Amino acid sequence: MKYAYYPGCSSHSTARDMHESGTTVARALGINLVEIEGWSCCGATAAHQTDRVLAASLPAANMLLAKRMGLDMLVTCAACYNRMKVTNHEVSSSTVMRTRVADAVGQPYDGSVAVRHLVEVLVEDVGLEKLRNSFTHSLGGLKVASYYGCLLVRPHDITNFDDAENPTILDRLVNAMGGESIDWPGKVDCCGGGLNLTRTDVVVKLSGSIIDMAKAAGADCIAVACPMCQASLDLRQKDMPKQTGRRYEMPIVYITQLLGLCLGIPQKEIGLNRLMIAPTAVLQSLGTKA
Amino acid sequence: MDDQGIIMTITINKASTGTGLKTVVEKISGISLDACYQCRKCSAGCPVAGPAKSAPSEIIRRLHLGAGDELLENGLVWMCLSCETCYGRCPMEINFAAVIDALRSLSLEKGSKTPEGNMPLFNRMFLSNVRIFGRSYDLSMIAGYKLGSGSLMDDMEKFPAMLKKGKMAILPPSGADKKTVRRIFERAKQGRGKKK
Repeated sequence: MKYAYYPGCSSHSTARDMHESGTTVARALGINLVEIEGWSCCGATAAHQTDRVLAASLPAANMLLAKRMGLDMLVTCAACYNRMKVTNHEVSSSTVMRTRVADAVGQPYDGSVAVRHLVEVLVEDVGLEKLRNSFTHSLGGLKVASYYGCLLVRPHDITNFDDAENPTILDRLVNAMGGESIDWPGKVDCCGGGLNLTRTDVVVKLSGSIIDMAKAAGADCIAVACPMCQASLDLRQKDMPKQTGRRYEMPIVYITQLLGLCLGIPQKEIGLNRLMIAPTAVLQSLGTKA
Repeated sequence: MDDQGIIMTITINKASTGTGLKTVVEKISGISLDACYQCRKCSAGCPVAGPAKSAPSEIIRRLHLGAGDELLENGLVWMCLSCETCYGRCPMEINFAAVIDALRSLSLEKGSKTPEGNMPLFNRMFLSNVRIFGRSYDLSMIAGYKLGSGSLMDDMEKFPAMLKKGKMAILPPSGADKKTVRRIFERAKQGRGKKK
């Protein structure tokens, strides 16, 4: 299992914990991640809100680098994953876009590089059985709300990630780790991430209602696979009491951090110390596997 | 949904500013709006229809009825989160998120008034750092946005914790193929010039 690894900009900034836990867990499971040399920003929201050619050309440049490596691209950030897949769709469905992107990047790109999210690789390529056999620790019945957000599942005809309205891939991982994935209605709701700095009030409202739903369903923590969701729910949690009058201590952990704990990886190597809301409930529930 | 975002009477003067936008929006986005029959599933699922005081189906109806440049100042244009719930639930598979992106690029081109929060400023700061470094440089991007929008003191209390937890890099990013990134920005800009 060898992949061209695209870390994405947040890996060196707000989502170092995602990068640390993702790469450490991959290594522990024998997944070989070769970082793409010279990778650049996917353009994120800012590019697609500005110009369609810019928005497709920035991801295309990176997929061309992966293509040269002869490997599928592996992504841990949900936004980068989304932009890569949308670009593949844009250039393979429109000759006009293909021409314009080729002109911007300086070489043609046909949209053929396969883009995988790490959790897809974990469940589909590694498999739950091998994962279960690799765990040294168990989540000990921890109640986990699996939260998917927007970018992995939509637009579903393009991302083709699990199910559009009721994805279960994170739930399956939680259950394999000895946790209890809870049934709750907020799985694919939007956290408001795109407005994090510009309209924080909207983010607090949307993210607050997501935590409300998880709490009402009995969650001890929320597991995420997207750095924007993580930032909205974790970093903005302290802003919620002032606006909504509701206070929480809900840990927002990356699914790869939970996997790291169950693989017996030291906390520091999976960035657990970087979370704003301490994952106390998670650590209290964690035990060695029976 | 919490307020007047969904059920309303639309009153518009045909193309009160300039000519109707529907054709140009359809051309930029590559999306036809003709199949919309106003079932409003998109609006029911829109997380920002309330605060934006407007909803996806309403924008489509306004375009049907011949709305002009005044539509570019509608609250949803810059508040839309591109969560794509509208597209996901549309029985006619109309990609409304792509329609909003087309309205945004028109709004930038025509210099329309931007709403509270100034998303275009945020995007400019984000992209100018990507153009220089080849990757996003959050510290510089956030400082630029906060200076430009006059919100310098907001979130100040979070900064020390983010630094301590290593969630904010001090040094600019390095290692990207900056030459290709600059070329892409140049060519995309030239393409925008040609359209006019």
